[in-house]
Amino acid sequence: MIEFRSVTKTYPDGTDAVADFSLVVPAHTTTVLVGSSGSGKTTLLRMINRMVEPTSGSIEIDGEPIAQRDPVRLRRSIGYVLQNGGLLPHHRVIDNVATVLRLEGTPKQEAREKAAEVLDVVGLDRSLAQRYPSQLSGGQQQRVGVARALAADPNILLMDEPFGAVDPIVRAELQAETLRLQQELHKTVVFVTHDIDEAFLLGDQVVILSTGAQVAQVGSPSEIIENPADDFVASFIGTERGARALRTKHTDHGTVLVDGAGRTQGRLVESSS
Amino acid sequence: MTWVVDNLDLIGRLTVEHLRQSALPILLGLLLSIPLGWLAFRFRLTRGLMLTVVGLLYTIPSLALFALLPPLLGISFLSEINLVIALTIYAVAIMTRFVADALASVEPHVRQAADAVGYGAWRRFWQVDLPLAGPVVLAGLRVTAVSTISLCTVGILIGIDNLGYLFTNGYQRQIVAEILAGVVAVVVIALVIDRLLVVLGRALMPWAGKGA
Repeated sequence: MIEFRSVTKTYPDGTDAVADFSLVVPAHTTTVLVGSSGSGKTTLLRMINRMVEPTSGSIEIDGEPIAQRDPVRLRRSIGYVLQNGGLLPHHRVIDNVATVLRLEGTPKQEAREKAAEVLDVVGLDRSLAQRYPSQLSGGQQQRVGVARALAADPNILLMDEPFGAVDPIVRAELQAETLRLQQELHKTVVFVTHDIDEAFLLGDQVVILSTGAQVAQVGSPSEIIENPADDFVASFIGTERGARALRTKHTDHGTVLVDGAGRTQGRLVESSS
Repeated sequence: MTWVVDNLDLIGRLTVEHLRQSALPILLGLLLSIPLGWLAFRFRLTRGLMLTVVGLLYTIPSLALFALLPPLLGISFLSEINLVIALTIYAVAIMTRFVADALASVEPHVRQAADAVGYGAWRRFWQVDLPLAGPVVLAGLRVTAVSTISLCTVGILIGIDNLGYLFTNGYQRQIVAEILAGVVAVVVIALVIDRLLVVLGRALMPWAGKGA
């Protein structure tokens, strides 16, 4: 469990990137921080591994304040996936994945064997292991980034707009892969995105942020769609434009659901529960 | 041509001497410029100062430097160490700016990624920043090598035998072939060393220039 307690980040020029932010991130679930640029979502994420230090307030992991931990050791205990993969261009794929294990002192051969296993986990062919990052596609680089974050088997995984720079088809693939991995691994994931659909797809808990990391609403995707807290949330998730409004339409083959533009989105079936 | 054929052993001996005298300043220049270049890269305050100082160093005429160093360092005017120190100063003057630029050429997001996965500052410098600065450092080293090999010839003016001997001796004895042989020999070893550095760079940095 990760807990933010009244966290504030004020930059030297006086702007508040984050003002009095509190949140509980439950263990073994995915929490998505979603907001437009300037909402402070990435700043919040980077506070968890002390890439950014809060001006006031505290952050605890499993009840222990992280301010008391050595930042470098803390970072090695937390998986981090960056937007453009953030791979080291001068290390081969296998060594990129083995990075944290090597930093922690695992012997080279053992670290590489473990890294090769993690390549399997994220669905990368082992034949790519000897390549350099620049020889991979964007989607493959991103998988390597995920593999690197998972290699040392951390409890916490931070994902900073990891799929922002890949094309929509690859993004959908990576999202599906992330869901599959999370079902297997049950990490405590904090995921940052500006894409509300991605947030609803991946998040068990979704935190909608407005400027200065003000929490507009926290809840499960269902709770937020069913009951937006205010106009800001309604507009952010698109309900006010009717984008999420579905109507039923009766056809010869049963009832289907159509969106505001009249496009069929799915079939209406009776709930089994 | 007959002069060259008759004096091949002399040219060979001077070439070996020349290489030996150039190698040390090139290596020292590289080693010294890494901490200096880092200082220039890391701190705004030291950057202006360092780059101005090394810029000025390079403008000192070599003969003036030969005359200045002995009283400052208590070494003999007519000594190889005088030549080596002078050449090292020029090498540092060239390399420091290159190292500073090389470190600045490392993508900020890669540096940040290294921090995020848990590299400590010291380790990150040696294992991430410096290797990634490699291609630009190598570019600087090639300039430094060629410049040092060429500049080394002035050593003959303080009595140090190297390929510069062919210039002064050829001039005094009016043997054009000897002077030309000296020029060609200097150019050839500069080119050979330059190629060697390129090959070495490819071996040490196989990741550079590999694009998808």
